[in-house]
Amino acid sequence: MSELIDLSAAAAAERIRARELDQAELFDAYRERAEANDLNAFTWVADGPPARNGYADKPLGGVPVAVKDLFCTEGVPSQSGSKIIEGYRPPYTATVVSKLDEAGAPLLGKTNQDEFAMGSSNENSAFGPVLNPWDRDRVPGGSSGGSAAAVAAGLAPWAIGTDTGGSIRQPAALCGIVGLKPTYGACSRYGMIAFASSLDQAGPLTRDVTDAALMFAQMIGHDPRDSTSLEFPGEIALPRAEDLKGIRLGVPEELMDEDSGIEPGVRDNYNATLALAERLGATVERCRLPHAPHALSAYYLIAPAEASANLARFDGVRYGLRVGGDEDLVTMYRRTREAGFGPEVKRRIMLGTYALSSGYYDAYYGTAQKVRTKIAEDFSAAFERFDFIVTPTSPWTAFELGSKTADPLAMYLNDFMTVPMSLAGTPAISIPSGLSEGLPVGFQLAGPAFSEGRLLDAAYALERVIGFDGSGARK
Amino acid sequence: MSPQYEPVIGLEIHVQLSARTKMFCGCILSFNDPPNIHTCPVCLGLPGALPVLNERAVHYGIMIGLALDCDIAERSLFHRKNYFYPDLPKGYQISQYDVPLCLGGHLGDVRIHRVHLEEDAAKLNHLGTSGRIHGSDRSWVDFNRGGTPLVEIVTEPDLRSPEQAREWPALLRTTLRQLGVSDVNMEEGSLRVDANVSVRPVGSTELGTKTELKNMNSFRFLERGVRAEIARQIALLESGEPVVQETLHYDPSQNAITSLRSKEEAHDYRYFPEPDLVPLVVTEEMLAAARADMPAELPVERAARFEQQLGLHADTAWLFARRTDLGDYFERALAAAGGNGEPATIDPVELSNWIPQLAERIGTEADPAESNVAPESLAALATMVKAKEVSRDAAREVLTRLVDEGGDPRAIVEREGLGAITGEDDGIGEIVDRAIASDPAAAEQVKSGNGKAIGPLVGYVMRETKGRADGGEITRLIRQRLGL
Repeated sequence: MSELIDLSAAAAAERIRARELDQAELFDAYRERAEANDLNAFTWVADGPPARNGYADKPLGGVPVAVKDLFCTEGVPSQSGSKIIEGYRPPYTATVVSKLDEAGAPLLGKTNQDEFAMGSSNENSAFGPVLNPWDRDRVPGGSSGGSAAAVAAGLAPWAIGTDTGGSIRQPAALCGIVGLKPTYGACSRYGMIAFASSLDQAGPLTRDVTDAALMFAQMIGHDPRDSTSLEFPGEIALPRAEDLKGIRLGVPEELMDEDSGIEPGVRDNYNATLALAERLGATVERCRLPHAPHALSAYYLIAPAEASANLARFDGVRYGLRVGGDEDLVTMYRRTREAGFGPEVKRRIMLGTYALSSGYYDAYYGTAQKVRTKIAEDFSAAFERFDFIVTPTSPWTAFELGSKTADPLAMYLNDFMTVPMSLAGTPAISIPSGLSEGLPVGFQLAGPAFSEGRLLDAAYALERVIGFDGSGARK
Repeated sequence: MSPQYEPVIGLEIHVQLSARTKMFCGCILSFNDPPNIHTCPVCLGLPGALPVLNERAVHYGIMIGLALDCDIAERSLFHRKNYFYPDLPKGYQISQYDVPLCLGGHLGDVRIHRVHLEEDAAKLNHLGTSGRIHGSDRSWVDFNRGGTPLVEIVTEPDLRSPEQAREWPALLRTTLRQLGVSDVNMEEGSLRVDANVSVRPVGSTELGTKTELKNMNSFRFLERGVRAEIARQIALLESGEPVVQETLHYDPSQNAITSLRSKEEAHDYRYFPEPDLVPLVVTEEMLAAARADMPAELPVERAARFEQQLGLHADTAWLFARRTDLGDYFERALAAAGGNGEPATIDPVELSNWIPQLAERIGTEADPAESNVAPESLAALATMVKAKEVSRDAAREVLTRLVDEGGDPRAIVEREGLGAITGEDDGIGEIVDRAIASDPAAAEQVKSGNGKAIGPLVGYVMRETKGRADGGEITRLIRQRLGL
């Protein structure tokens, strides 16, 4: 059994295709572990392997996938971590989930998350916090905390999550796994319960870079149901790079200075990773992203503004929670939303509503959009001189449960180094780069739009020399 | 003395486009189907669903822009208009805001401010006696209508009378019908008109405080509602009270206006660009396709042709433009007069004047093509009038008979002895003599140079001939008899 769980998804798929491993056996092995679920990583687990056959010959070989709660799955609870749609079973399935199923990755279960993807610790879930498998007193990161913890702990071979300002990369970093946030538009958003529509992207959370590439290749492509999705230029091959010769890495001054609050252990690990990259042939130079320090402020206007509209549909009229239905309409709205949304969601709805209000729009939302444009221009300029921008994924390793819940601003600082790429719409990957005081550290590589192929290659080359061992979390 | 007031009216018109499917999803558009059968995750606003723009609706929007002489934006944006209501499943309506599809333009003498695309809300059915939300026991939502493609056409405040507030939308409706982009049925709600009304002292160029008048589901109610609101505003101003900016509901059964909400209660819609849609880019190909689908002649072009080429009176030309059935009938009658390859001998102006009379006789809404009066018959009648073969009064009588029984006007004239009386006719000289004898004083005055004094004498002859004689001809005969 433990041998099964130690297989990467790619290796498991290989064995299933070679008929050395039964797909249903693999499914059940993970299903049992997911069901046991002492990390609170899952909100729903499948009863058993899919009745349908033919997965074994598909590209993903029947290796089951854990799916973040906010992806709609037909007939299966899709609650986005919120009480307001507790038990909601959609009549349709999100495009990326369908694509993965068609490519041979059946649904294993739905994973816990911060409510409506708003959070960096998974403590904002209506269904309780997820625990970090490296240290159960600590958070797994968020908002895709359930997916990250499940993959790290071997409760799932791989998972998908969504990243709005770091919600794939940061939990991947805190749980010691790989997380890819694709170019905006690379994957369809159809069926993803929206947080911030202009930023949300689906992406893989996997044990290694090869698994990420294997899964990502099946997620991409234009979806006629999502006007903002794009045909991915070229194909995603499995990564093979063995060195980084000629690769120019940029270290953004603005994100790495003394004020950025990076823990010493994280900084040491980052510098060690840069040294490894140089050994592989990369050049490392400082670069400028002049507007990046303003990214967090812009993000916390744009994302809540969009969320304030996206979450308006949860009004108690058609589905989900309804409180005070016998009262008048406005009372029903108020009571339903009062009872249904958690404090962080309410905070962001209020922020976003304010930022869009008449008389404040230009000062807040309008200015934030200008900053967003400037940040995208900063990246374009930087990518003329550099192949990738590299930073630690998170300034910290996993922190203790409850340690930052009282201070939203401190919590928001988690996203300091992941939000700029989200605003620019460019891809970034986090790979585990070692441990600091026994906790995983993430290394982030960011590239220009649609550079995922090169990004995965570089991450793969680094992964080989880093030699991270994540088995400690898979007990 | 209190000043004279001038009304200033602008219109906001919502038009449901007769595309096959909804604005942002593939659900079929229908009317009167059982509720909530044409729905999907998108138009129900289910979590995770995303809008995809209907190409046909864009095509129709461009056609409307071209017909109204607007600038078609190469790139326009969709916004979210945020407010809570049970007929709005997403909690926002996807609409266009500061960068609409069409800007500027005009239809006739009314300028167009803008034309934009948006989605319709679902339909609320309030159960209870009133049929309105207040006092209803329960409200049901029918999402069949939710997401229907709409254009909103906003005019400049260029209308100046209640009559114009009836006539101009009728011209717009005819234009839209001819484009084939909408059913434009006010009762079914595929054409909805709101009026922004203000008044100001005549001569002033500033705009007064406006109110927005809603719920007028026919052109007649629109005219009546606007008239009532103008009267209300003038009464307020004359009693020294200000007009308050508010949204008003017009109840045609009571001819009453009630307040829906004041300016203070107005929503802050918190518009922002819809992140689920990309900007709408209108390509040369799309413009060419819209041009190719335009009708050969729009109502305004028809009015211009009638007025400029045929010399029709402007009111008649625009009436024919608004009322396609009247315009078509006119053209058929005109063509009939020039039948058999011969050049038309008919006077178009004479003919055009008979059509409103025909319309009056058959009922103002009825299509004359459906009446007993064949276009060639009306043409023949107009030709006879012009040739003075029949007097105007007699021709009206003939028309009444035509409306009742159809047939050939010449045969009716013959049968009824309605032909015009001329100097050559037997007995006319005697009637003229009797007229002069009946009022010698008038005859004397005419002789001494007072031309106006001939009136009673002419009137006598007209009475005696039962209107068959032509007034000019009688005048000539009387003067001849008097040796003038």
